[in-house]
Amino acid sequence: MAHSARRDCPELPDFSLLKRLARDRLIYLLEQLPGKKDLFIEADLMSSLDRIANVSTLKQHEVDKLYKVEYRPVVSTSDQLCFLIRPRIQTVKWIYVANADKAVGRLRKYHIIFTPQKFFACEAVLEEQGIFGDVTTDEWSFYLLPLDDDVISLELPEFFRDNFLAGDQRWVRTAGSALHLLHTLYGPFSKVYGIGRFSKMAYESWREQVEEGEQRARQAEIGTVFLIDRDVDYVTPLCSQVVYEGLVDDIFRIKCGCVEFGTEVTSDKSLKVMLNSQDKVFNEIRNEHFSNVFGLLSQKARNLQTAYDKRRGMDIKQMKTFVSDELKGLKQEHRLLSLHISASESIMKKKTQQDFQELLKTEHSLLEGFEIRESICFLEEHIIRQVNMMESLRLLCLLSITENGLLPKDYRSLKAHFLQSYGAEHLLTFSNLRQLGLLVEQPAGETLTVMESRVGKLVNDKTAGKLTGAFSSLAKKSNFRALSRKLNLVPKSDEEYDLRVPRDMAYIFSGAYVPLSCKLVEQVLERDGWTGLEEVTKLLNGQEFAVTADSSTKSDAQRIVIVVFLGGCTFSEISALRFLGREKGYKFIVVTTAITNSSRLIESLLGNIKGSD
Amino acid sequence: MTVSFQIFFTLFVQMMKSKADEEDYWNSSKFKAFTFDDEDDEFSTLKESKRTVNSIRCLVEEDDDKEEVEKVSWNGEPVSSKTLLWLLKQMFSIVVSLEKFRSLQDKLLLLDSCVAAHDGNVITAVLIYLKRTLSKEVLFRELEPRQTALSHLIHYLTETRDQRLLLELYTCLTCFCFQLLQYKEHLSIADENKRRDFLKSCLSLPFSPEDSSHVQDHYTLMERQVIIETTDRRAERGEKVERALILNMPLITTLSYCCLYHYSESEGTFSSPLNIRQTFKISEKQFFVTALGARAKLKAWSDVDALFTSRNWLGFTRKKSPLGFQRVVDILQKNSAPTQVLQDYVALVDDAELRITLAQKHKCHDIVINTYRDLKDRQQLLGYRGKVERGSGEERKIDELLNNLQIRWKN
Repeated sequence: MAHSARRDCPELPDFSLLKRLARDRLIYLLEQLPGKKDLFIEADLMSSLDRIANVSTLKQHEVDKLYKVEYRPVVSTSDQLCFLIRPRIQTVKWIYVANADKAVGRLRKYHIIFTPQKFFACEAVLEEQGIFGDVTTDEWSFYLLPLDDDVISLELPEFFRDNFLAGDQRWVRTAGSALHLLHTLYGPFSKVYGIGRFSKMAYESWREQVEEGEQRARQAEIGTVFLIDRDVDYVTPLCSQVVYEGLVDDIFRIKCGCVEFGTEVTSDKSLKVMLNSQDKVFNEIRNEHFSNVFGLLSQKARNLQTAYDKRRGMDIKQMKTFVSDELKGLKQEHRLLSLHISASESIMKKKTQQDFQELLKTEHSLLEGFEIRESICFLEEHIIRQVNMMESLRLLCLLSITENGLLPKDYRSLKAHFLQSYGAEHLLTFSNLRQLGLLVEQPAGETLTVMESRVGKLVNDKTAGKLTGAFSSLAKKSNFRALSRKLNLVPKSDEEYDLRVPRDMAYIFSGAYVPLSCKLVEQVLERDGWTGLEEVTKLLNGQEFAVTADSSTKSDAQRIVIVVFLGGCTFSEISALRFLGREKGYKFIVVTTAITNSSRLIESLLGNIKGSD
Repeated sequence: MTVSFQIFFTLFVQMMKSKADEEDYWNSSKFKAFTFDDEDDEFSTLKESKRTVNSIRCLVEEDDDKEEVEKVSWNGEPVSSKTLLWLLKQMFSIVVSLEKFRSLQDKLLLLDSCVAAHDGNVITAVLIYLKRTLSKEVLFRELEPRQTALSHLIHYLTETRDQRLLLELYTCLTCFCFQLLQYKEHLSIADENKRRDFLKSCLSLPFSPEDSSHVQDHYTLMERQVIIETTDRRAERGEKVERALILNMPLITTLSYCCLYHYSESEGTFSSPLNIRQTFKISEKQFFVTALGARAKLKAWSDVDALFTSRNWLGFTRKKSPLGFQRVVDILQKNSAPTQVLQDYVALVDDAELRITLAQKHKCHDIVINTYRDLKDRQQLLGYRGKVERGSGEERKIDELLNNLQIRWKN
């Protein structure tokens, strides 16, 4: 990397224990079903499962054939069918449809393993269909998947939509349980900070679980936790990513730490690659601004060449040592280097095609608050030309959040253009976005104060039940500009910003913007709480908290900080936190309900998908 | 799960009714129970009920002891919390009558405690129970002020695809827009004729005026798409050309299709681009962009040219464009327009810098040369000489200009 860490940075704990625990639990569950069985796995779980237990492990525990859960009739000759699924009603319904055996008179054992937990609603479905007794169920409490040394995911992308859009708190306890697991294995946590409704709920759920369980005294490896809701900062995930890992995710979509590079990169056949710190080449460029990447890769290529050239002057003995010790490593590095160079070239090509520069310029204008009308013109043309639907939506939301809503005439006009270009059914998408406060109209001038005061009173009213859905988005005003000023999120643009030696977290967005979420983490850790940030928290609609346990001893563990993103986290934020850690002597561990980016965020809010909720 | 709840509620109520005798016990034990007759303020009750709800969770999570069926009778003496929980587990498989626990008040208090515990799984479970034991009217009425519970019910009904009940719920509550929910159903209708008819039925729904016109347009478009499809497929049977299906495509895509295949039709036909423009009140800019893209795709450069021409009052024609000319060049270039076509439009870019950049990018040498000449920039012109082909007409032109003593170069 271009920057070295402070020498006093503490070491990260070992999270492979989480994988081992999950694996042992799964094996235990499989062993509860003696005899050969066919295993049906939900598509979303396959990549996670792959990281925990591979096919041979499963086969060792009498799993005969593996199938993907597809909503089609089950074709299997086995007498025991085992299903590993997320607790979704539709999946359970499919299972009993597959259970048409009963009508045919065939008796097979059906076993459902829900992960990470069972939901009553699913069992109610089984009961309603009259098969509650015929089917056995279990729970595989697999909460946390380490994606890398410092990134852990719950692999629950549905957390965002279920909680924020549907208002369903089903995963709150799951988040609490995940925290509890970390607390038990690596804690006890002595400081907890948080902001956001669900952060508070998850914290309370965790506290309950701590009280329910046994307390064991142990030496804490992790001392501090920071919980944050995704909706505290919507701006960051909506921005285009320009650090290498973020770009790879935006373009190729990384799933569970793994990416598939197609023929445009490999020129041969498509290749599935693991992207984590084990890939030494990747590790050096992942957090870098893209403008730096080619330079670094060329340098590495030159170093590699030098290393290869060493063998020119070697005698037999030296050559033998070289071949046995170094050659393999060099070949590996060579392979990875070619791969990332090709990927970078592919990224360059794609972005040039898409007029990326112009897009970034518009984004930066929106973030800074300059030339808004030009940005709106650009956006209108973008929609008219049917360039890219997701991109258009993303920019619309960014415009709305940074400007505290669109002017009514702009809202109407842009919405009409959007529906014309991409389909009238997106009326539903617009409704979802309005509900979340992502794409709204500014309320008409005169009624603003009346509305504000009424809504303001409701927001302060502790019994949140009085807020109806229609008001909840109005209650959460965006206030981005005010926040930006107070927290200095948009650095002054007059000085030169060196992206090779960045001076702050804004480098992840080319120096244009410091991610709000990460800035909050920085400030709260610095102040050991929210004192001095009262105006900021007010602009963020409150819901902040800070709890310190009795132990006043300052330990190394307190500098290891878990940042929990409820609703998803982007690679850009992870890069920013890594930078912050190196700067201030912390080690950040990002725990997220899922990795996200602008596409995933918007996709989860599209309303035009039939059968979606 | 329903059975277990019934048992729990019954037992609970039994214990609560004997509260008077055990006042001391309840105040001192770790297990703080929920007393319906309590006069404490809302919050402490909720806090206590939170813990109550936790014990519900414990009960139903540890259900390994399902097999043990034991008749247990409770004599009303105080029990420790551990014993209490064990007791509850034993009761799990016993069927008990419901006569003690049926009041609406009890049910609502239970619901409120679950909501306070922030566990969606438990909230939904209680709602499933309430849905079975309360009439729709009562349930909806009681849920109306309970935002969180309401969201959970709506989500549950959506997941179980209980469209009918969902619609009834939405219609009953005044703050939700059921019309969008109804409209959404069109996505599940595959057949285009049925979908069109369904959209027609949506027109009478109380949308906002703005959304109303969007739905109206959607219907009109669908109607038209069906007609065009049928006509075109019929006509196509002679030809080999496979045209893109426009059913369910957005308006602009449909317009593009018509610009591709029905461009010259008079305004009277359904598939005429001009007719579509008029019916859907498409803006000049939008129409221009779509037509440009379509005709460029077919390399119909004269049609492209015709889009720009306009006469001023003197009868002269000048090229007018609602879209910046660099954007026009971009679109043409993406459709592989030849250089001689491109340069006509590059030449119209106002900004000199931009014009040069574009001209260089697309190798419109004449424009570069002329622009540098106009800017009197000798250095740049000299530099550009190296970029043109040796011995070409462009090179000669540059040399001529450089040797022209009448030009007052600025550098």
